Amino acid sequence: MTTTTPFRYIGKPIPKADALERVTGTARFGADLKLPGMLHGKVLRSPHPHAYIRRIDASRALALEGVKAVVTAQDLPPLEDARAAFGGELMIDLDHLRRLTIAHEKALFEGHAVAAVAATSPEIAEAALELIQVDYEVLPVVENALDAMKPDAPLLHPNLYTRTLGEKPSKPSNIATIVEVGFGDLEKAWAAADVVVEQSFETQMVHQGYLEPQACVAWVDADGRIHVWTTTQGTFNAQRMLSALLKVPLHMLNVIPAEVGGAFGGKIYVILEPLAILLSRKAGRPVKMVMDRAEVFRATGPASPAYITVKAGAKRDGTLTGLYAKIVMDAGAFPGAPVQGATWCIFAPYKAPAMKVEAYDVVTNKPRVQAYRAPGATAAAFASESTLDMLAERLGLDPLEFRLRNAAQEGDQNVTGQTYGRIGVKAILEAIRKHPHWNTPLQGKNRGRGLAMGAWMGAILTSSSQVVVNVDGTVQIVTGQVDITGTRTSMLQMVADMLQLPLDHISIRVGDTNCTPYTDLSAGSRTTFTQSAALARACQSVIAQMKAQAADALSKPDRRLTPEDIEYADGKFWVKSDPEQVLPWRQVAGLTRTRGTGPIVGTGTVTRLQPANEFSAQLCDVEVDPETGKVKILRFTAFQDAGRVINPIQVEGQMQGGAVQGIGWGLFEYYAWDKGKLRNPTLLDYREPTALDLPMIDTCIVEVPAPDGPLGVRGVGEPPIVPGPAALANAIYRAVGVRLTKLPMTPETVFWAIQEKKQAEHLQAVAGDGA
Amino acid sequence: MTTFPLDKLSLRTQVRMKVNGEPHVLLVKPWQTLLEALREELGLTGTKEGCGNGNCGCCTILMNGKTVNSCLVLAPEADGAEILTVEGLAQNGRLDPLQKAFIQYGALQCGFCTPGFLLSAKYLLQENPNPTEHQVRLAIAGNLCRCTGYDKIVRAILAVARGEVQ
Ligand code: FES
Ligand code: FES
Repeated sequence: MTTTTPFRYIGKPIPKADALERVTGTARFGADLKLPGMLHGKVLRSPHPHAYIRRIDASRALALEGVKAVVTAQDLPPLEDARAAFGGELMIDLDHLRRLTIAHEKALFEGHAVAAVAATSPEIAEAALELIQVDYEVLPVVENALDAMKPDAPLLHPNLYTRTLGEKPSKPSNIATIVEVGFGDLEKAWAAADVVVEQSFETQMVHQGYLEPQACVAWVDADGRIHVWTTTQGTFNAQRMLSALLKVPLHMLNVIPAEVGGAFGGKIYVILEPLAILLSRKAGRPVKMVMDRAEVFRATGPASPAYITVKAGAKRDGTLTGLYAKIVMDAGAFPGAPVQGATWCIFAPYKAPAMKVEAYDVVTNKPRVQAYRAPGATAAAFASESTLDMLAERLGLDPLEFRLRNAAQEGDQNVTGQTYGRIGVKAILEAIRKHPHWNTPLQGKNRGRGLAMGAWMGAILTSSSQVVVNVDGTVQIVTGQVDITGTRTSMLQMVADMLQLPLDHISIRVGDTNCTPYTDLSAGSRTTFTQSAALARACQSVIAQMKAQAADALSKPDRRLTPEDIEYADGKFWVKSDPEQVLPWRQVAGLTRTRGTGPIVGTGTVTRLQPANEFSAQLCDVEVDPETGKVKILRFTAFQDAGRVINPIQVEGQMQGGAVQGIGWGLFEYYAWDKGKLRNPTLLDYREPTALDLPMIDTCIVEVPAPDGPLGVRGVGEPPIVPGPAALANAIYRAVGVRLTKLPMTPETVFWAIQEKKQAEHLQAVAGDGA
Repeated sequence: MTTFPLDKLSLRTQVRMKVNGEPHVLLVKPWQTLLEALREELGLTGTKEGCGNGNCGCCTILMNGKTVNSCLVLAPEADGAEILTVEGLAQNGRLDPLQKAFIQYGALQCGFCTPGFLLSAKYLLQENPNPTEHQVRLAIAGNLCRCTGYDKIVRAILAVARGEVQ
């Protein structure tokens, strides 16, 4: 959409539209709702990571005063279409979603839901859990993806056969899928290279770490209509999953969005909601369920751990000849690790004549993973960006110039075969070259500077919104698009400029699934990008309808005007051939109550756009204390191509928040396992970064407009988490000469790596003396 | 039997507190935390529970002028106390400068951590009106924020300390 005036709001640091309720404590999050007669639900979870469930006896729990309902897998309606798949980012089929929601004949991870209870108080519900008797037959645990792939590994699913391009395997396996993509001749590539580097890497399971635990309230009313208030990234996705799980038609199922206290990909699947609904239906009263932090760690969907080997070859001048990766990702208990994201992203910023990726999606006895901000990409970039740094070093080349020489641009090919439209890799690298951080020499002992890039393909899916004109001329955006990153604000800014109206004449309402048109979840950095196109369509429709009203009102008996005769700008309609004949927006809006086609509602939907591929880079300076192995971040700058910035505060906020999650992933965070049991399910032992661990996070935004969409917007949420671990590893190498290939790079890991290096140097010196 | 003392379920204890300037008399379960009492009994849901065991700071409030994690205080322990929660920060319809600065500087995204940060910052500036960046970071080190990377939170608090937001 083009406007005659330059933008008044787009690109400006407009304060967050819903900030006031957040600083006054009045925003309603998942756990804040209370309904009359409400019961409290709790979940009984398997203490065993892998076990047959032989028998569940809930009679003693049901006999406890105050207990109103108990549900188990028996309470789900039978499965019809096992192939239906859900997810948004990480897909899961219906059979697996059912078994993930509540264990059927087998518990597949520690914390797997086995039964749920509703009672008049949380204490009674908890006491009732202890009265439920479950007979387990404990099975051997499959701890990690490499063990799971061994031919004699215990099987999680008797009917899981590896999906490959080759022929259907005859035996079931823990390998769900093998993906192979690529082009060119790698043998030739290695032969043509002057230097080839090959290195293996390992990352651990980490959690999105949102501070708001999952929470919902479900109520099945007397008509059997289901109302569920929940903290979700996508009300319609939740509605579809619930409809399939519970066999209820969509119109009987209203999903009402609560404010979301952080999600990052982890609040896409329904999890408590189906249990709360089943309990409410049995008890005939509303049921509230809230997870505690240990449940969040054990039983929601963390991010996939990965084993990745990268091989890269280049000529002496730095030109890449070939890139190869083998990626093994652990999906947890059911298939669906983010191998696609990892594959697309691992070499995305670069071009090479030959590239290949082989990726494995493997099941183990861990919680089923979910998306975590650019799912798959962070582990992938840790491996590829570390390897490329090693290669640059072996070639004696500057890491920035090396990356620039190989930077992908429009027309180049991703390893998946996608040909890039306009992308910002070069623009980002050039911005780094000019940036004061890059140009300030880093001095001092045990200090090093690391650089790494990150990528995300950019999700699309379906988005829609409605723009409604009130009779007083004010405007409402009505949408089902859940706001997790400040999209209410960016959508308001876009509509104000598209309609050329003052921002304070417009408000936005995120509505429930029964009152808003279908829109896909808020995830994958797709919301602002796709909504920019949907809103442009809605606003075009609104202006066209308003012009028709204005034409009608400005017509004279001797001259009927058509909408084509009317011009619109800055809140005024006038006759093209006679600009003196003017009607203000407000007046035209007032006419709609009684005249013409009535109330004005513009609906805008997009189902297809060309992807807006997203790239980022980060630069960090660290100082390593060789005595303790502690890594101190001295300076950190995040670079990113935002296509076009709608709101700079929000883009910076995404970049800083994502960068810090990447730092946490790189330095502190991991699931500590002991034979399938989690040893650190608290925010003390699972260490998220605090303010004290960090410097200010500087940002540098470049704008290379996306090839599609009305404003050139690119999503910004995902890419900033991606480069962090690799940038830190590269900085640590330059600081103390040790190459860390395993995350997280805790003081202990760094310390022992330094000791090993010293030992090796010592042995070499001794051997040298002897010679 | 269960480990929960089922025969004690109906026990209640009387607690008097002044919350955001208003006196209250509550009947609480003796094992109920101050956080639960504020949220469940008084409907003050602005104070959040992120972990329930003292590790996230989402439940930070001021009790007798000092910051506490309200999930670690039993409601009966707060008998006779003066409590300030996020709902009591704005006075006579005027936002506290910290609230204004958080909005202006974009120091919140999801906002789940925000009430806790506001109270920690309130306490810091009460004790030390001119903190350095490091002192600000130290004062909020017990509050986790997963969305912002802390940068804008630190800047907002420093701006209030410098009198740039009133
Ligand atoms: S809820 Fe009290 S510190 Fe986390
Ligand atoms: S703003 Fe979301 S946790 Fe701080």
